[in-house]
Amino acid sequence: MASDKGDPGQKSQKFWENFMKTLFFISALTSVIAVFLICIFLFAGGIPAMFKIGLFEFIFGRKWAPNDVPPLFGILPMIMGSIYITGGAIAVGVPTGILTAAYMARLCPQNLYRVLKPAVGVLAGIPSIVYGFFGMVVIVPLVSQVFSANGNTILSASILLGIMILPTVIGISETAIRAVPESYYEGSLALGASNEWSIFFVILPAAKSGILAAVILGVGRAIGETMAVIMVAGGQPRLPNSILDGVRTLTANIVTEMPYAADLHREALIATGVVLFVFILIINLLVALLKRGGN
Amino acid sequence: MNKFSISQLYLYYDNFCALTDINIDIEDKNITAFIGPSGCGKSTFLKTLNRMNDLVDGCKVTGEVLLDGTNIYKDVDTNLLRKRVGMVFQKPNPFPMSVYDNIAYGPRAHGVKSKAMLDEIVEKSLQSAAIWDELKDRLRKPALALSGGQQQRICIARAVAVSPEVLLMDEPTSALDPISTSKIEDLVLELKEKYTIIIVTHNMQQAARVSDKTAFFLLGELIEYGNTNDIFSMPTHKKTEGYISGRFG
Repeated sequence: MASDKGDPGQKSQKFWENFMKTLFFISALTSVIAVFLICIFLFAGGIPAMFKIGLFEFIFGRKWAPNDVPPLFGILPMIMGSIYITGGAIAVGVPTGILTAAYMARLCPQNLYRVLKPAVGVLAGIPSIVYGFFGMVVIVPLVSQVFSANGNTILSASILLGIMILPTVIGISETAIRAVPESYYEGSLALGASNEWSIFFVILPAAKSGILAAVILGVGRAIGETMAVIMVAGGQPRLPNSILDGVRTLTANIVTEMPYAADLHREALIATGVVLFVFILIINLLVALLKRGGN
Repeated sequence: MNKFSISQLYLYYDNFCALTDINIDIEDKNITAFIGPSGCGKSTFLKTLNRMNDLVDGCKVTGEVLLDGTNIYKDVDTNLLRKRVGMVFQKPNPFPMSVYDNIAYGPRAHGVKSKAMLDEIVEKSLQSAAIWDELKDRLRKPALALSGGQQQRICIARAVAVSPEVLLMDEPTSALDPISTSKIEDLVLELKEKYTIIIVTHNMQQAARVSDKTAFFLLGELIEYGNTNDIFSMPTHKKTEGYISGRFG
């Protein structure tokens, strides 16, 4: 009752209500604050180095030689390395992933689906170091045998990352494909189009915004991958000439040198992280735009 | 001339018998209407004619469905059958692509590649669906941006584009407003010149207005079949009379 101001039961109830409200609010804020703090520290740690080195020399510099005198901090090789390997992973993983998703959503018999779906789930849960190990003992020797070259190459990393992005691409594409109204499929069959034709020319196009989102998230996964890439990509900080050259990515650059870097070298590595972060932000922005466009 | 000749047709969904002993001949270049209350099996029967029921799990058909003398459940490739026996659905279902691509979809699926030929097919089909004049400047616009009535006519044009012999229409106007409905009805009457048309409808006036023959279904059985005028003026069966006069359904 409202007049019972002094009722201790009501008072404590009010307190709990407010307490819980605040608790929920703080929980909700945690991720926002985390993103905010990461931004601040990353940019505070990295941007001064960019200007000390020179923004242009940093991003478009072709040579990374932190131990030279004077040291050279050009991360273009690493930017290109990340782009090449991500592109390769897309080339390997996206067609495979989309076809798998189409198969799982439209063609696959129930019994097989019961095996396939969990298998893809397991693929998503494997730690990247295990992928890296798999790459080292299987993919690298294979590439080296087939092309009789050093197996630590862009190609090996692309294949490995292509496998690693499969669960992302498959999962999201499958959901998108399943969301296509059955009436499109029926309409297509009723015109005498075959099952496969209907899938390729009505269902997949109708699911394209979802599939594109799957691809972009796959890119995000590929560009941020570190451990597996270090283990198979060679790691040389130079601009590659072919897919059979070794390469170093932005992520690999940070991990390999951070343990012994100091001063400007260390700051340059943080700045490398800033560049990577900007890539990821762009990817997230694209996904957000796509989602808005889809609705 | 009979286009379809159906005898002793039974259709089961698992153990449920949805159609019982259907015997009916459907005339060429004529409009046949299927009427009957909801759940009577008329749409199910319509879908046996282009084997769209194959998509339903547990659906089994026995008996004979002859299209020009050939049993479509035995000797016919379903894709070719569906090219010959086109279908227009209850809810307009244009594909999420341009008007042009919607119409060209069927011909492309059947191997037409030449741009000039596709252009011609698109124009002709839209003309025969009486929508060319409305849309000729908007062929590149998405079909889903059109009104419901226009979408349904796009679907008719799309069906016509693969030059079928039969058009099955499953309550094609039930989702449309009265003006669009009358446009579709006029169109159906025009299309009769070239195609055998079978139309499922809930609307008795519609059946009376457009069809030459009417078949009345009830609980999975064909109760009465005859000239539309006869069925509506002097039905021989009591149940038909009851349904037509609105006593049930």
